[in-house]
Amino acid sequence: MSPSLLLIQGLSGLAHAMVLFLIASGLSLIFGVTRIVNFAHGSFYMLAAYLTYSFAAALPLGPASFYVAVVAAALATGLVGLVIEVGLLRRVYRAPELYQLLLTFALVLVIADVVRLGWGTENKTGPTAPGLAGSVRIAGQLFATYDLALIVLGPVVALVLWWLFYRTRWGVLIRAATQDREMVAVLGVDQARLFTSVFVLGSCLAGLGGALQVPRQALTNVMDTTIITEAFVVVVVGGMGSVPGAFLAAILIGVIDAFGVLLLPKASLVMIFVVMAVVLIARPWGLLGRPEAQARSAGGSVTAEARAIVPAPLVLALVAALVVVPPFLPRFHVLVLSEILIFALFAGSLHLLMGTGGMVSFGHAATFGLGAYGAALLLERARLPMLVAFALAPVVAAAGAALYGYFCVRLSSIYFAMLTLAFAQIAYAIVHQWYDVTGGDNGLLGVWPPRWLASPVRYYYLALVACAGGLALLAVIGRAPFGLTLRAARDHARRAEAVGIDVRRHQWAAFVVAGFFGGLAGAAFAFLKGSVFPNYLAVPMSVEPLVMVLLGGVQAFAGAAVGAAIYKVLDTVVTWYTDYWQLVIGLILVTLVVAFPRGVLGVLAERRRA
Amino acid sequence: MPEVVLAVDGVRKSFGGVHAVDGVSVALERGEIRALIGPNGAGKSTFFDILTGQLRADAGAVVFRGERISGLPPHAIWRRGISRTFQITATFGTLTVLENVQVARLSATGRSLELLRSAGHQEVGRSAELLAQVGLLEQADRLAGVLAYGDLKKLELAIALANDPALLLLDEPTAGMAPAERGALMALTAAIARERDLTVLFTEHDMDVVFSTADRVMVLHQGRVIADGTPAAVRADRQVQAVYLGDDL
Amino acid sequence: MLQLREVQAYYGRSHVLYGVSLEARLGEVVCLLGRNGAGKSTTLKSVMGLVDVTAGDIVFEGRSLREVPTHEITRRGVGFVPEDRRIFSDLSVRENLEVGARAGGAWTVERVCALFPKLASLDHQRGGSLSGGEQQMLTIARTLMTNPRLLLLDEPSEGLAPVIVRALADTILALKREGLTIVLSEQNVKFARRVADRAYIIEKGQIKFAGSLAALDADEGLRRAYLSV
Repeated sequence: MSPSLLLIQGLSGLAHAMVLFLIASGLSLIFGVTRIVNFAHGSFYMLAAYLTYSFAAALPLGPASFYVAVVAAALATGLVGLVIEVGLLRRVYRAPELYQLLLTFALVLVIADVVRLGWGTENKTGPTAPGLAGSVRIAGQLFATYDLALIVLGPVVALVLWWLFYRTRWGVLIRAATQDREMVAVLGVDQARLFTSVFVLGSCLAGLGGALQVPRQALTNVMDTTIITEAFVVVVVGGMGSVPGAFLAAILIGVIDAFGVLLLPKASLVMIFVVMAVVLIARPWGLLGRPEAQARSAGGSVTAEARAIVPAPLVLALVAALVVVPPFLPRFHVLVLSEILIFALFAGSLHLLMGTGGMVSFGHAATFGLGAYGAALLLERARLPMLVAFALAPVVAAAGAALYGYFCVRLSSIYFAMLTLAFAQIAYAIVHQWYDVTGGDNGLLGVWPPRWLASPVRYYYLALVACAGGLALLAVIGRAPFGLTLRAARDHARRAEAVGIDVRRHQWAAFVVAGFFGGLAGAAFAFLKGSVFPNYLAVPMSVEPLVMVLLGGVQAFAGAAVGAAIYKVLDTVVTWYTDYWQLVIGLILVTLVVAFPRGVLGVLAERRRA
Repeated sequence: MPEVVLAVDGVRKSFGGVHAVDGVSVALERGEIRALIGPNGAGKSTFFDILTGQLRADAGAVVFRGERISGLPPHAIWRRGISRTFQITATFGTLTVLENVQVARLSATGRSLELLRSAGHQEVGRSAELLAQVGLLEQADRLAGVLAYGDLKKLELAIALANDPALLLLDEPTAGMAPAERGALMALTAAIARERDLTVLFTEHDMDVVFSTADRVMVLHQGRVIADGTPAAVRADRQVQAVYLGDDL
Repeated sequence: MLQLREVQAYYGRSHVLYGVSLEARLGEVVCLLGRNGAGKSTTLKSVMGLVDVTAGDIVFEGRSLREVPTHEITRRGVGFVPEDRRIFSDLSVRENLEVGARAGGAWTVERVCALFPKLASLDHQRGGSLSGGEQQMLTIARTLMTNPRLLLLDEPSEGLAPVIVRALADTILALKREGLTIVLSEQNVKFARRVADRAYIIEKGQIKFAGSLAALDADEGLRRAYLSV
């Protein structure tokens, strides 16, 4: 490979890095001050890109239209951020972190459908930047002028941010609040206004990133999810809350990404996550981050006051109904019911980690996907009988969980969550790119149970046995010495260490157990659908069980099943009536979080006590 | 010669240039109750954290019953028979009082990884016994998170006793308790220690408690031991008076 | 100037104050004595709205502070210096001071530096690199920048070397001469004796004694019962 080609590739990596920096700096800033992990940040980016597209087309300013549109879109995104912060986030700053997360995730869904409603689902090609449309010759190679402009613009924005932070009173307040919010209030600073200003600035930066991306790529409906994962990687690698860290990490990730495509095209998707995993294992708080003042697990606000125990007769009645009723239901309902059972188990397995263990995983899809692919590969490639494949798949998932769990339990709170995400993304990338074995994008088809089990009702009973059995086992484990010990370690890790508990070892074991049951759910799902696809390991599949657990209430194990049922029923019903199910579900979630900030069961338990 | 349970030799620990513990050597004899006193910031909690493995010393050795334990993780040290309480009470807030002790008992008996048997009925008798000993049995079913301060201190003691330790480290066991409660708790602790032939090392700010409970008193000041002897001798020590008890402002 | 009436307060879920009543009059230094965990800090924090007050009232200059946001309490003229100092360790000394600065206030960076000459020489040092005594100065100076008329100091002498404690006492007396009303919590009776006009003893969230330090000195039993050494 010629040196000039390498140079060009490096430069285009840098250009991408600058856009990444804009997004990630806003995300990091918002987290640093408000402690909100804003999933919707990528949605702001996407929204701004579409706004730029429309503004540029509508403005009658000739060549200047594009540039005015960029600024207008960034400001408009800031305005959207303002409305969201004042209208919604302000109500949940005191709620457990996880519910804030649920809220921003709901916004992702809403904004995604707003974009679909406004601009349709077809890709759009935006305008080029007037005056910067051509290319220049660098070392004998052509390089886009626009990209060169971005490489100049990035450091300029970084300098402006530096000036804001280090040369203005506002910046002093921001840096102070990043360290100790309460003390800033004690010194007479109105936190609410400070938070709003930070959120608006962060949103503007995301908007600017999105606007500037328009000439570089076609606009699509999935821009939000692709950028948010990359931005999270940058923020985490740089250190949460550190803007200089974000700058450094953006360059690292952008350049590695560029060379990855060139050098290891087959593994390009994996590269940045491998980098993130390596950085986090070596530096648990990112490159320029620092340890949290008090290490508190993301599930730390869980209290056993709200231990909602569902009465046994109710459970028995439910199980009886699940056994007796299905043969009398229409085929479609039986399929939905099977799916609810599978997701109840999937969410239940996550609950062991996040409820009982206080470890919030953003990558639980890995276990589901490993189970599903394990089952499919054992059936199709190893030619094992279906029931054997079904039984072995959870073991595959548990082995995978043991591998990545070993590293994850060394980190805490948000970094832990991010490392789980990284491993899930690595698994996703492997499945997606290892075409010969996994079929890549096409997935694996024909993963059906044998004929005697193939009817929806018969398969339903297999799913019922596997999932209800799995849930029962998880319930038992939660109350066994192991579950009690995990809860103790969650409540007070230092105290637990001081009564002879090897906290990491127990957390690791929890990973393996959760992996097993997540894998069981995945295997059951594979045979229900008759096929497996890479999206079984993708981010939305990690978010779904998270939403289910939170929806039901993280305090109670039964919450996972309740949440799964509510979510899946909503999903099914809404999809029936509209194409815009994300919008409806998102709005419902927003309402639920604002009305039930502790999950449905948590609130019910509180009512009962009152 | 009485048996030396714990021998500490030249232990040092500094944080960013500040010597928190600066060459401490101590020998604790079996069955003795030793107080460790000193002003705030003298290095007492750091010293405890080193003994229990929560911090790693920069230099020096800790030998417990003839075995070098410095460098071992906290859970391994606990298994060898050193148990502790924390200055800021540390219990499992969302567990019941009984479960708090059960967890420690299950750990002591090596069953904390058991998956399929309910924990509800395991180690109940032994745990209840410990709770009765510290006077918390009536509150067994309450959540630790809602206990009164004094009761949390008692619960900590019960948890610390769960592995039948040979050495008990108590970090300000009576801080924040009413005077009457303090005396009672320390008398109880001393009685348990004598009964079980336990060695106790405790830090304390209440001099009444120190001088009425301890067999020996050692004084830590700026990371160094400046006095070590009988309560009367330490009380009379000029240097100790100057840094700690004296009328300096 | 400040009046607490039958205040009940919770710290997290534990009930800490059981009907605390106390007052500070204009220009006096009042000391709240008691042991670790007796409720001293919680009392001061209840004034600042940093803990949940469930009953009773807190009145400052004739207006209730209950349900008032913390920053607003500060703006009304109450300054709080927390026990653990809570310096912004990444910020320079000057930036620490700027966080509390009010335009047009009587206290400026120059004026606090006149009171604490040491701080002027540390201007660009990171807060985190200061010694304990310097941090204590900075945290008081930082609070003065908010122009308080009432200053709440939570265990100011804790963990400081004797020489520094003596200097701190002089500072508090100087602030009193400036016309500030001061409420401080302490475990160190000797320190209280040196700076305070009146004292309260708090124990288990209730006021057990209110009166002059002379009266406290006269009562050996009281001191033995409620105070440390």
